[in-house]
Amino acid sequence: MNLIDRMANLDRRWIFLMMGLAVGIPIIVIGITGKTLPEEPTPLAQAAFDVLDGLEPGSRILMAWDFDPASEGELGPMATSFIRQCAQKGHRMYFIALWPVGAQMIRSSTSRVIGGYYPDLVYGKDWVDLGFKAGNEAVIKTIVTDFAQYFPTDARGTSVNAIPMMEGITSLADFDALVNASAGYPGSKEWVLYAATPLKKPLIIGCTGVQAPQMYPYVPNQVQGLLGAIKGAAEYESIVNNWVRSEQLLDALESGGITEPTSSELAARFAAAPSEAVTWTTEAAAASMSPEAKTKLIELATAPIPGIFLEAQRRMGPQLVAHLLMIGLIIAGNIVFFATRRRGGSQ
Amino acid sequence: MKRIVPLWITAIVGLVLIVSNFLPGTRSWGEEATTWFGIIAAVAFVLGGGSLLKVHLKKISDRNSGWAYSMIVLGTFSATLAIGLFKIGVAPNPSFPDVPWSGDVQGQGTPFWWVYEYVFKPLTATMFAMLAFYIASAAFRAFRAKNFEAVLLLGTAFIILLGRTFAGYFMTSWIPVDGPFSGLRLEELSVYIMQVFNTAGNRAIIIGIALGIAGTSLKIIMGLDRSYLGGGD
Repeated sequence: MNLIDRMANLDRRWIFLMMGLAVGIPIIVIGITGKTLPEEPTPLAQAAFDVLDGLEPGSRILMAWDFDPASEGELGPMATSFIRQCAQKGHRMYFIALWPVGAQMIRSSTSRVIGGYYPDLVYGKDWVDLGFKAGNEAVIKTIVTDFAQYFPTDARGTSVNAIPMMEGITSLADFDALVNASAGYPGSKEWVLYAATPLKKPLIIGCTGVQAPQMYPYVPNQVQGLLGAIKGAAEYESIVNNWVRSEQLLDALESGGITEPTSSELAARFAAAPSEAVTWTTEAAAASMSPEAKTKLIELATAPIPGIFLEAQRRMGPQLVAHLLMIGLIIAGNIVFFATRRRGGSQ
Repeated sequence: MKRIVPLWITAIVGLVLIVSNFLPGTRSWGEEATTWFGIIAAVAFVLGGGSLLKVHLKKISDRNSGWAYSMIVLGTFSATLAIGLFKIGVAPNPSFPDVPWSGDVQGQGTPFWWVYEYVFKPLTATMFAMLAFYIASAAFRAFRAKNFEAVLLLGTAFIILLGRTFAGYFMTSWIPVDGPFSGLRLEELSVYIMQVFNTAGNRAIIIGIALGIAGTSLKIIMGLDRSYLGGGD
């Protein structure tokens, strides 16, 4: 039996093993080294960031988490970054779910991001969990005109009348933007058709790779920002990480006496290349800063990003190797196919 | 009567929803109909549970193949339902310590949370993750360049697979970003395919589906299509 025959009769368990290694080894390597692959944001990921960034602090953002643990690998990091950008910007976040286990997804992402990194945010004032409601698109169609009809209480059973940030919310029209993390039906498409389009509200969608091709036709008029699969999540995550760091650096520079526009230019530069902050503090331009301010600046520039905010970028490693394996398998399969056909054999 | 009443309900609600979209004065009628839908959707959960019980109990009683799996389904279904419904192991809400069932059933540490966190979550995540293995196997055995269309499909798949990872950026990073050939960079090509070819194809499909839905809906409202009532009509 030659190589072609052996490959033609390859036990699929070998392929399973290869896929297991293609995913497992990068996970282990990235876990040990902490290194991630660089990300070049596409215009769609940048647009998603710009929509939320362009709103005034305190804007009302409806966050619809329509996914489950099966798609948490793709959508969890997006949810994390959406919350981080809103929390950092000072937007008010209203969480709802049209999927039964979306309620657990809300709890999981808010407890990890808000509980872990923004403990100063007050429940009921800065964010609220309104929980899951059954009814699929009927929920959206109703809250477009009457929000309280489906959401008379929050997920904890507190009347919305007793929640300060619910004051003035009568319908979806009272929100400044909609953010949806979706794994299927009901999800992105329903938010486009029944909410964003009739209300002409900005809509940002984070969806699975399978859904993404179906959402492109709605960009840019009905969907302003689209994150497709873990690649979109990684791009958006890197934008948010850079922005948060440059915001922190800007504060440190300004409190150290460096004024605009120099402070903004330096903050952006140091966020992209942290080592430059160390060099800059030794130069004459930094003479006006106190030693404490310089130390704080260096600390902020070189501090490692918490793992929770690198999840998507870390998952790009296994995706890279798995994609290369897939291409290799397709090529190998075709070589076997053509070699067998040339010999006149049947597969 | 069993068929006439549902037919009339469907026709009236369908017409109300159409009219409420075009006449602003009738918008509240449509909102009322969607409220009913919300109530029916909530009741559907009970019907769904009943249906699940009926199907699996019959399977167990008939000793059909895989009846043991049905027992597992019913056991886990009943246990989860009881834990959630009776708030087993849930401490009362600190604001209402005297009310036994006032606690949060989904709160961290409750048995319901435990079932979700350590049973449901890993099981569903595992099911989805297993797709990668089957896709890899299918890629080796089924993705053949048998004709011109298949070659086009393969080429597109390669561009997307590479363009959605660092490999695409790495392989074509030598093409200047600002140059006239920047569109040939793999990451740019994959975006172009998604935004142009995919959008064009999907828009056509969406318009076709929308026309089909409109046609089928009209047939249902007018009572010409009664297949949703069952009974082979």
